[in-house]
Amino acid sequence: MTTVDEKGYYGEFGGAFVPEMLYANVEELRSRYLDIIYEPAFQREFQHLLREYAGRPTPLYLAKRLSAHYGFTIYLKREDLLHTGAHKVNNTIGQILVARRLGKTRIIAETGAGQHGVATATVCALMGMPCVVYMGEVDMARQAPNVARMRMLGAEVRPALSGSRTLKDATNEAIRDWINNPHDTHYIIGSVVGPHPFPDMVARFQSVISEEMKGQLEDHTGRAHPDAIIACVGGGSNAAGAFYHYLDDERVRLIAVEAAGKGIHSGHSAATSILGTKGIIHGSRTLLMQTPDGQITEPYSISAGLDYPGIGPLHAQLIGSGRATAIPVTDEEAMQAAFFLARTEGIIPALETAHAFAALDRAGIAPGQTAVVNLSGRGDKDLAAYMEEMGALKIL
Amino acid sequence: MKINRLSTILASGKKNLLSIYFTAGYPALEDTAEIALALAEAGADFIELGMPYSDPLADGTTIQDSSQQAIANGMTMDLLFRQVEDIRRRTDIPLVWMGYLNPVMQYGEERFLQRCAATGIDGLIIPDLPLHEYEANFQPLARQYGLLFNFLITPQTPEPRIREIERLSEGFIYMVSSAAVTGAQAGISAEQIGYFERIGAMGLRRPRLIGFGISDKDTFLTACRYADGAIIGSAFIRALSKGSTPAAAAKSFVETVVS
Ligand SMILES: Cc1ncc(COP(=O)(O)O)c(C=O)c1O
Repeated sequence: MTTVDEKGYYGEFGGAFVPEMLYANVEELRSRYLDIIYEPAFQREFQHLLREYAGRPTPLYLAKRLSAHYGFTIYLKREDLLHTGAHKVNNTIGQILVARRLGKTRIIAETGAGQHGVATATVCALMGMPCVVYMGEVDMARQAPNVARMRMLGAEVRPALSGSRTLKDATNEAIRDWINNPHDTHYIIGSVVGPHPFPDMVARFQSVISEEMKGQLEDHTGRAHPDAIIACVGGGSNAAGAFYHYLDDERVRLIAVEAAGKGIHSGHSAATSILGTKGIIHGSRTLLMQTPDGQITEPYSISAGLDYPGIGPLHAQLIGSGRATAIPVTDEEAMQAAFFLARTEGIIPALETAHAFAALDRAGIAPGQTAVVNLSGRGDKDLAAYMEEMGALKIL
Repeated sequence: MKINRLSTILASGKKNLLSIYFTAGYPALEDTAEIALALAEAGADFIELGMPYSDPLADGTTIQDSSQQAIANGMTMDLLFRQVEDIRRRTDIPLVWMGYLNPVMQYGEERFLQRCAATGIDGLIIPDLPLHEYEANFQPLARQYGLLFNFLITPQTPEPRIREIERLSEGFIYMVSSAAVTGAQAGISAEQIGYFERIGAMGLRRPRLIGFGISDKDTFLTACRYADGAIIGSAFIRALSKGSTPAAAAKSFVETVVS
């Protein structure tokens, strides 16, 4: 059950639990998205922009020094080299082309780390469409460079002031904006979350990651599949893209790395697969962090892009069924992994991505095996956090 | 089956039905019953008791803020049921439970509906409950426990879906007045009236109440020209701070609307 069924479910997860005010918008998208995205003219335009504008295909790089350190072969899928610096642009290019074919003239988005906001602002500038990005007030402070980038690109960044003032609340605000603007607006959601068809649509746009990976692995190793794929999971879009073409290939272990914040049971964590229970968040039935009374609780992670109390329904299904393994990684472990990658391979990863690297030594990968880490984004946006760490370590 | 108070008033033929929505446990945890009694006394026809939720997607800032406050005050599902029992000992006004689906799921659907019936709830509004989920998992239980589900329609709801909602509704049809989250905006536009008339002309078998953006006597009476009644929420919640006590404020608010 790794693909979505007609009603939008992955097994027991998914669906579209939306108030009537959103029904028409969601239904319009649901009834048309597959026809739109598999239309040849759409595919031509999408592939052209991915290649010429975003910089695809991204390299699959053999990380020799990292491999030597861990004793198995590690390839890095370099989504960090894409235009705007993360995988997010794969989805925003796809969705803005869908929006245009739906006749929409205004774009809204939510953002956590600001990478999805930047990727949305970018394609809006490219298409000459007005763009409003909702971002938690807390995240605006910790990802200030991305706020500036969005504004430079012409987007309006609106602070989400409710709740924990992070990604969950920015998503609530974007959904409310969509309710208030049902005719002209498309909501470019930033991960494999939200009501059906968003999780499936975003996964399809991100699936280019594993599509390329197959051919590249074949070229490098003579074998189109690795033994394991490791990706960080906020909502789960980079992981969904990296897993997509291997979902039914049981030879490939799928490893979803979650943010454990200050420790799983510290009260400051975003390790949804462990702390979460079944429920509904942002219109999707999935695993989420909540009180026994069904109030959604505030997650915590040092990385704004993993600071989400749910996971996409695809991942709830993959983890629940045992197809994927979830590994929690703390702030501190992610920070160490970021510095280690910087000094071993000369690559400064996003803090979100650093979580995936921290899982390398406990993913149970045997000597001689091959693992791919999805290097979802680059670390420029996190320099303030890295500088603070260097200050503490007296390197700066 | 025992008589349902909501179906009794809906069937009474009474016009200009006034329903008031407020968030349970706000402004203070124990204000719920006092506000409900004041509403009954002042002439509201029924009450929508809002179970506060951390992520109320369909609500504007007034209800978001009151919900956050009520949760911080300590509101829970069980406490709300205890407050309903208290209200029920003191008044027969119809009570509609309004809230989001996630807390209901966590409580357990059957246990929830059973508690609703046992404490004296008459109807339910769960805006994010999909129709097919209702039909499959809730409708048989709702019938068993004598509870009336009420569904929303909006200006964007297509006609075949309105017919489907008519078929599934056992209480009233909640006409959301415009494409918006809750929170009163000023006045009722010609476009909204066009929508009210369009729905009016459908000859639906269920009573219609208009809500969202109804804020005072003027907008209430305008809405009532096109429906069986109207619902006031955000404007009422804002008014709660304008009196010596929330109950006193509630009473004088309703009096200005029904006078
Ligand atoms: C670089 C990077 N990786 C990962 C994520 C997490 O999102 P997802 O789980 O949807 O890939 C983000 C989100 O902002 C990000 O910026």
